[in-house]
Amino acid sequence: MKIHLTSVFVDDQARAEHFYTDILGFVKKHDVPVGEKDRWLTVVSPDEPDGTELLLEPAGHPAVKTYRDALVQDGIPLAQFAVDDVRAEYERLRGLGVRFVQEPLETGPVTTAVFDDTCGNLIQIATEPQ
Amino acid sequence: MAVADDLFKALADPTRRTILDELTERSGQTLFEICSRLSMKHRLSISRQGVSQHLAVLEAAGLVETRREGRYKFHDLNTAPLRQIAERWLVPHTSGPEDDTP
Repeated sequence: MKIHLTSVFVDDQARAEHFYTDILGFVKKHDVPVGEKDRWLTVVSPDEPDGTELLLEPAGHPAVKTYRDALVQDGIPLAQFAVDDVRAEYERLRGLGVRFVQEPLETGPVTTAVFDDTCGNLIQIATEPQ
Repeated sequence: MAVADDLFKALADPTRRTILDELTERSGQTLFEICSRLSMKHRLSISRQGVSQHLAVLEAAGLVETRREGRYKFHDLNTAPLRQIAERWLVPHTSGPEDDTP
């Protein structure tokens, strides 16, 4: 069994496409119309074009808002992405106007930071443990 | 006196003192960040609900204040209540040891 795809709910798929590609630097993999206005929209890391896809899934279900609002209020991220240098990535993203709710924090071997993806979620970046 | 009771009760617990230490390092943390610091830095195995309860005690003592900013909620350190301790025991002795030196 392999983890082929995971997903985050996004308020607006066009805004999510912009944020996840132009700001974060992921690459669009699939973009297929589904139903009247939704898309099957996935991105991958440019370092791993055949790696795990992230589905930017419409947040239409009524339960999603309650669930995400509660997590965001407590600062809990919904996904974690690995970066080589959290502090460098923090500076780069802040320069692009990204809002961080947790600045880089060193806890033992791992450094983490948490930002808002502008589509309703908090995302954590972390250095990969050596 | 009720305020002082809340203050001393809040300070009596080592986990709550660690939370204050971490907020001293950086004020304005989410619940998630406080939990991360306790578990990852201090190796404390404590549930999120447990941390919330400790924060409620610190908030009742006035040592922690919560601030809502958009969809986020941050916890700030407020050391003002600690002045009661200084005023009660330390302040009356206005002449410090330095003043005794010839």
